[in-house]
Amino acid sequence: MAAKILAILEQRDGFLKRSAFETVQQASQLAKDLSLEAQAVVVGENIENLIEISNYGIAKIIHLKNSDLSSYSSSGYTSAISDYAKETDADYLIFSNTALGKDLAPRVSIRLSAGCIIDCIKLDCSSGELVATRPVYAGKALVDVKLNSDKKVITIRPNVFKAVPLNTPLNPEIEVKEISSPDLKTKVIEVKKSEGKLDVAEADIIVSGGRGMRGPENFHLVEELANVLGAAVGASRAVVDAGWRPHGEQVGQTGKTVSPTLYIACGISGAIQHLAGMSSSKYIVAINKDKDAPIFNVADYGIAGDLFEVLPALTEEIKKIK
Amino acid sequence: MKIAVCVSHVPDTAARIKVGSDEKAIDPAGITYVINPYDEYAVEEALKSKEMLGDDSEVIVISLGGDKNKETIKKALAMGADSGVLLKDENPRDSIGVAKALAEEIKAVGAELVFFGKQSVDYDNSIIGQLTSELLNYSCISVVVKFNVNDSKITAEREIEGGREVVQTELPAIITCQKGLNEPRYASLKGIMAAKKKSIEEKPAADIEQMSEVIKMHMPQPKQPGRIIGEDSAAVQELVKLLREEAKVI
Repeated sequence: MAAKILAILEQRDGFLKRSAFETVQQASQLAKDLSLEAQAVVVGENIENLIEISNYGIAKIIHLKNSDLSSYSSSGYTSAISDYAKETDADYLIFSNTALGKDLAPRVSIRLSAGCIIDCIKLDCSSGELVATRPVYAGKALVDVKLNSDKKVITIRPNVFKAVPLNTPLNPEIEVKEISSPDLKTKVIEVKKSEGKLDVAEADIIVSGGRGMRGPENFHLVEELANVLGAAVGASRAVVDAGWRPHGEQVGQTGKTVSPTLYIACGISGAIQHLAGMSSSKYIVAINKDKDAPIFNVADYGIAGDLFEVLPALTEEIKKIK
Repeated sequence: MKIAVCVSHVPDTAARIKVGSDEKAIDPAGITYVINPYDEYAVEEALKSKEMLGDDSEVIVISLGGDKNKETIKKALAMGADSGVLLKDENPRDSIGVAKALAEEIKAVGAELVFFGKQSVDYDNSIIGQLTSELLNYSCISVVVKFNVNDSKITAEREIEGGREVVQTELPAIITCQKGLNEPRYASLKGIMAAKKKSIEEKPAADIEQMSEVIKMHMPQPKQPGRIIGEDSAAVQELVKLLREEAKVI
């Protein structure tokens, strides 16, 4: 019997997240590279888009179902996933490094006596075994790591491995397994959503503001540009510490480390902690008055000008093409 | 009640990181080490919980690492923690190795409520609290921005993408602390003086077989500096054109 890899997928409100498909695709790739059998595992009640999993390379879908597990319960999810992994004697488990993945993966790894590598940005099997690369010191350095344990648990950073649907989807095979009396000792009783906001950790485009914005009252300029781009709003540590923006928006070493396709830094000089958190973005645009600001050293394109003129003009220009 | 807080001693976030000659870890030369920034929220929340729970509560600081970690333990003692334990190990170990040693000590001191920073800013693992909770069969809530304990019931809010989850659980529990949870107090002069009289127990950290192995540490590809297109809104059209046609990102 082939060794197994389980892709553990995240759903919110009954829909699989985009990061789930990235996880499916990487599991499917590892399955090819290491001759494994891949299965996708989802915990929840009703999940609307389960079938889409097969578009990304895994046909066998396991739905661990219970109405009490429609929202997250760390104890319930840990048991459901660990029990299934034990039952199938799975060798590899792969999660997305989201708030849920980071919470769940380490617990499951202890239950399975598995080693655990989190926040991988590269998976390489060319030596015949899995070597994962992950950032340390908020991306100031990288480490290549391998696991010497029999069972292995990894998480992959969202947005780094892009999910591209197959030309011909596989024929999905969904197996529903009812979870009886889940362990609900630790349970989410309510989710408070920030109104219509995209999170920097998951966004494809981020528009960030720094001290150059001069005050919280000017952040509407950043928000308007973010709106026309469908982007998330980010912030530097200085403006979060000053109380201009919530800390959930902070990008950098004591905030979030991000790798979007496009990062637009507005009035951010580029302190080392900030650069560490966003330098791995695919394209970086900097708008800053000071043309000697360190942010221009990592920017692909820069405008060394007054952002109070440049930002509204940029928003208008993008509106024209959208 | 015994409350534990686990702290790590890490390079200051302003540090420039260089890879050491063994290519497995950083070169520590010239680096200033500080208490892990997230652990300051953990110490503060432990002290606040002690104040709330009453006089018979006690805050014990636990740190794993070399002799230099005593500086960080002292910092927590100066903030108001009651005593410290240093689990000595000069060698780096993986996160499960750290968690196993901490779990043993938490059990030994009999702490029912344990605070961690949500991650340390060196290896950025963000999983030590969760690993430790499973080893001890404690409840755990990670990345907490709001915390309340009443009798043995805990209600906390944790940060998730685009919002917060309100989570309920019970003691014994591990809480990992995120920025925003509280405003860490400064150590007063009185606190610093008092800390000198507080004990730090030293003992070897439990020897644990490592499950993961660093093959190589290396620096990321330096980003090629780009170009400054212009200085005012006239450059905006050019920027949009480049983003569309060259970068193809909008």
